[in-house]
Amino acid sequence: MLAAGAGGGIVRAMVRFAGVGLRYATPAGSGPAGPGPEVLRDISFTLPPGSFHWLLGPSGAGKSSLLGLMHLALRPSRGEVEILGLPISRARRRSLPALRRRIGVVFQDFRLLPHLPVFDNLALPLRIAGRSEMQIRADVMEMLRWIGLESKAAALPASLSGGEQQRVAIARAVVMRPALLVADEPTGNLDMGQARRVLALLQEMHRLGTTVVVATHSEALVAEYPAPALHLSEGRLVFHG
Amino acid sequence: MRMSGALRRSRGRDPLGLRRALSDRLLPALVAAMALLGALALAGARGAADLSGRWQSGAAAAITVQLPAATGGEKLERALAALRALPEVEAARAMDQARLAALLRPWLGEAPALPLPVVIELHLKHLPAAPDALTERIAQAVPDAAVEAHGVWVARLVAVARSLQGIAMAVLLLVAGVGVAVVAVAVRAGIAARREAIAILHDLGATDTDIAGRFARRVAILVGGGALAGTLAAAPVLAGFADLAAPLLGGQPAGSVLALPWGSLPWAELALLPPLAAGIGWLTAQITVRRWLRRLP
Repeated sequence: MLAAGAGGGIVRAMVRFAGVGLRYATPAGSGPAGPGPEVLRDISFTLPPGSFHWLLGPSGAGKSSLLGLMHLALRPSRGEVEILGLPISRARRRSLPALRRRIGVVFQDFRLLPHLPVFDNLALPLRIAGRSEMQIRADVMEMLRWIGLESKAAALPASLSGGEQQRVAIARAVVMRPALLVADEPTGNLDMGQARRVLALLQEMHRLGTTVVVATHSEALVAEYPAPALHLSEGRLVFHG
Repeated sequence: MRMSGALRRSRGRDPLGLRRALSDRLLPALVAAMALLGALALAGARGAADLSGRWQSGAAAAITVQLPAATGGEKLERALAALRALPEVEAARAMDQARLAALLRPWLGEAPALPLPVVIELHLKHLPAAPDALTERIAQAVPDAAVEAHGVWVARLVAVARSLQGIAMAVLLLVAGVGVAVVAVAVRAGIAARREAIAILHDLGATDTDIAGRFARRVAILVGGGALAGTLAAAPVLAGFADLAAPLLGGQPAGSVLALPWGSLPWAELALLPPLAAGIGWLTAQITVRRWLRRLP
């Protein structure tokens, strides 16, 4: 499947990593100043549009860093990351917000805004994109029906269960109909029943044509939903298939 | 729990929760205090300028020298030459008799027969450190002359008024500088309180313009409101000062609050203070937030 690129053209790869390395700067006061050790080394792979991939590996293998590069929270220290046809290391900073709106992100800790009700948390990406309030209302109510939380529109996140909060986070991640959806341990804080429900939503997005990457520790979920996987170990990609 | 549409919309318009992070108490109160100081400085500068302008004419001739009536011709020329020879004197000019007569007419009436003294106006190069010594030397140079040096003192008052004007403008600039620092500190505290929310908006594709604009609009409202309150609080104080200064400007003190010289306040400048403060606050917030956002990719 082909997808529209950042510049409006057609791209054959949704995500392309070529010889990517990543270092974090050493935090102030924790040793000599300057770049720290490489947390990702020589990562190269391509994800075609519309694919579903697991991202696997032990803690500290670099899964969150890899996802951070995919959803533009990080820039590579070396090599090239290409998302939706845009080379990130050469992209101007001002061109990234528009690209971020086409990438949905789901975190283990949900990252909902605690002072906003569910409705406004879901409406946030649409408001940032400048959509009309009428369209926002229609889209948000549709998403609430999709995740089965229509009755919780006015509730604050803290009053929801972990599974419900994660469903809201997924709805917020996909309300803009993103081309790429990345999820970092989305079931890490959930029991197996809630985890299956969350994963069913992610699978449905994949069926609708979204490219999905899910990082997880859960071998049970991977066994239930077999799909291609990226295996990381000590910052290196050891298996892709 | 059901939430009204209006409340939902109002919260939706403030996803960063800035109504709590940038509260409507401390910042407006600090800005109001600074606006009050700014208004006092502004009015001080205006008042000093008025006094200086009014006294300026009195200082036009620093010293006047009177010679007996009917002094003329050669004796007057000798006196003028002696005065011009003094190193402090820039110009010495005999006042026209017709002009002198016109000046004195309200007191003397049409009395052409009355002998008028000859008056010489002296303009000095610099204000003398010791006017009495100079007066003495002029009296020695021109015998029979009566020397009047009040203009020297008036010129000194003008110099003081001008210094006050400069100090008032410096105070105004200082207040604006402190205001910028206060806003920057408040915005940084707001950023620290909403760091997570800012990061979420950034991840969802919000631009720097969007995020900085939300902070700047909130700050402009708080600062503008605070400055308006401070300026309004300053108005009666300024009217009281203007009333105290009225005798210096040839007026009469007022008998009641309503009779205070409200019209003499620099309303145009005062009206500019709140929008100017709001503009400075908006700009400071924009710069502070945008600089912080540069650390995000």
